[in-house]
Amino acid sequence: MTTVALKPATMAQALTRALRDAMADDPAVHVMGEDVGTLGGVFRVTDGLAQEFGEDRCTDTPLAEAGILGTAVGMAMYGLRPVVEMQFDAFAYPAFEQLISHVSRMRNRTRGTMPLPITIRVPYGGGIGGVEHHSDSSEAYYMATPGLHVVTPATVADAYGLLRAAIASDDPVVFLEPKRLYWSKDSWNPEEPSAVEPIGRAVVRRSGRSATLITYGPSVPVCLEAAEAARAEGWDLEVVDLRSLVPFDDETVSASVRRTGRAVVVHESGGFGGPGGEIAARVTERCFHYLEAPVLRVAGFDIPYPPPMLERHHLPGVDRILDAVGRLQWEAES
Amino acid sequence: MTVMEQRGAYRPTPPPAWQPRMDPAPLLPDAEPYRVLGTDAAAKADPALLRRLYAHLVRGRRYNAQATALTKQGRLAVYPSSTGQEACEVAAALALEERDWLFPSYRDTLAVVARGVDPVHALTLLRGDWHTGYDPHEHRVAPLCTPLATQLPHAVGLAHAAHLKGDDVVALALVGDGGSSEGDFHEALNFAAVWQAPVVFLVQNNGFAISVPLAKQTAAPSLAHKAVGYGMPGRLVDGNDAVAVHQVLSEAVRHARAGGGPTLIEAVTYRVEAHTNADDDKRYRADAEVETWRAHDPIALLERELTERGLIDEDGIRHAREDAERLAADLREHMNQDPALDPMDLFAHVYAEPTPQLQEQRDQLAAELEAEREGAHR
Repeated sequence: MTTVALKPATMAQALTRALRDAMADDPAVHVMGEDVGTLGGVFRVTDGLAQEFGEDRCTDTPLAEAGILGTAVGMAMYGLRPVVEMQFDAFAYPAFEQLISHVSRMRNRTRGTMPLPITIRVPYGGGIGGVEHHSDSSEAYYMATPGLHVVTPATVADAYGLLRAAIASDDPVVFLEPKRLYWSKDSWNPEEPSAVEPIGRAVVRRSGRSATLITYGPSVPVCLEAAEAARAEGWDLEVVDLRSLVPFDDETVSASVRRTGRAVVVHESGGFGGPGGEIAARVTERCFHYLEAPVLRVAGFDIPYPPPMLERHHLPGVDRILDAVGRLQWEAES
Repeated sequence: MTVMEQRGAYRPTPPPAWQPRMDPAPLLPDAEPYRVLGTDAAAKADPALLRRLYAHLVRGRRYNAQATALTKQGRLAVYPSSTGQEACEVAAALALEERDWLFPSYRDTLAVVARGVDPVHALTLLRGDWHTGYDPHEHRVAPLCTPLATQLPHAVGLAHAAHLKGDDVVALALVGDGGSSEGDFHEALNFAAVWQAPVVFLVQNNGFAISVPLAKQTAAPSLAHKAVGYGMPGRLVDGNDAVAVHQVLSEAVRHARAGGGPTLIEAVTYRVEAHTNADDDKRYRADAEVETWRAHDPIALLERELTERGLIDEDGIRHAREDAERLAADLREHMNQDPALDPMDLFAHVYAEPTPQLQEQRDQLAAELEAEREGAHR
């Protein structure tokens, strides 16, 4: 058995590869969006696709997000599998009506006769020094819309595996790409890309016994860093990477919290009305008798996303996470 | 060379990147709505087509009346009548080939029925037993669309996809004067023209968006003029002249099928009845205005042509009305039966497979239903 040397690859490269492989496997897959053709996307995720598959398969559209998603609906009605790129999180808002009134509902509206296999790629989150409208965490809006799957990778391998699964899904998937992880590197074998990851399964990124950090997307590396730092305090933290917000993997999350007895939910999105509230409620409902402390949330503040020179104060960092872990009523245990 | 010498050599030119892209003149609509009935052109119209249009118009009006009556009996949640606009509805359906697609708005039930969808299934949305009662693929009719103009980009995308696949399929999208103010109207027309998609947009300008008249909706010379800004032809047609609408639509469909790209058609018509059964149109318009439009009635216009040319007699007219009565009676009979409802359907089609969360909620509802049944037996 030969071992293929693993090479460092970025998340952006893995996403490109996933798109390329999906387009090569299925002629129904069409990529469309602003600047996705000649330029290869502002984050270069669609780099080379127009050249390889032609502009009919990887299309620069007019600059109009509702039009992009709305025409993708019609294309999906005719049997194509559009993969739509929203250039930035906050630029996806014009497409909300199409998303909420049609994309999420068409299967249900037509009793399953008109499913819409559309993947909506949305670069999201902060930490890249972006000016206003370039750093939003909009996942709570998507999570609140029945009919959508909401998926977000945190590793290079998952970026490939989850995007392949999203494109293969017969349901619409909002695929949230953590912008600040686009250039994160990982050992990855581009000759033999990782398996297609099932949507709806969380994964334990780090095993621990003291408490569970429940997180996703851009906050996963931050939580892993916090878990390392927590060792000095004598805490052995488990980190659960949700990967899929809808469907939600209650099983993996509950199993972890039942083992550790304590949990903190960590995300960039604002706390009030954010994903953490739903997650904390679900954990509490399922694990109440195992909990040693209330489930805490470490989130972005409930403010409009700050200007880049102030964003480090907004984003959940290692210190804020450790501070929350410290408030998990450890004294009650002794 | 001195600066003064350079200035002397300078010849003003247009901005470097600028080039004339298109002569807008051929895109402009006619000054007046195109008409056939009552003009010399009527003599050239195909008698079979005239009779067919007439039969559908009479059926359509009766269908509208029956559906409105059903709202009063509590059998329909709501009905937006298209009475007065039947010519547009019928012509839209008849201008298409089998393989083409129709994208209706919520006021276009008649077009949906004329296209072949079961008259009862076409009312599912408005009856309220589900959101759509027919498989869109069966007759290539998209679901009746409620959020205004949002179905237009769907029509563009479908037409574009068909073109990419090499199928000569045309999509026809229906929208109203109010819908033409929506952003999706603009985006759909722009995408259609850029992609040269085989799609036709028919705006039924019926004078009102619920209560708001056209003058408060747009300052454009006409809605058809909007086409020019997108680089597609705009056509203006008398929306109560079924033959004219059919002709203009058929030309646009042929043009699109031949690779000529999209067309925007404004059909000038009038909503003779209120917005829906729940609306009171006396609050925003005078009876006298409605009466002027009743005098320009689409059925009367066509009936006169048929009668004058001897293409229909009293028997023919009676036959068309009896056919419409049978349709209405059939509709009454079916709509007076309670629809079969299964609450578990609420979870069946949200996703291809229900999420674990929905499975839990489905089980909860099943338990509630079981408890209800047990309570009923007690």
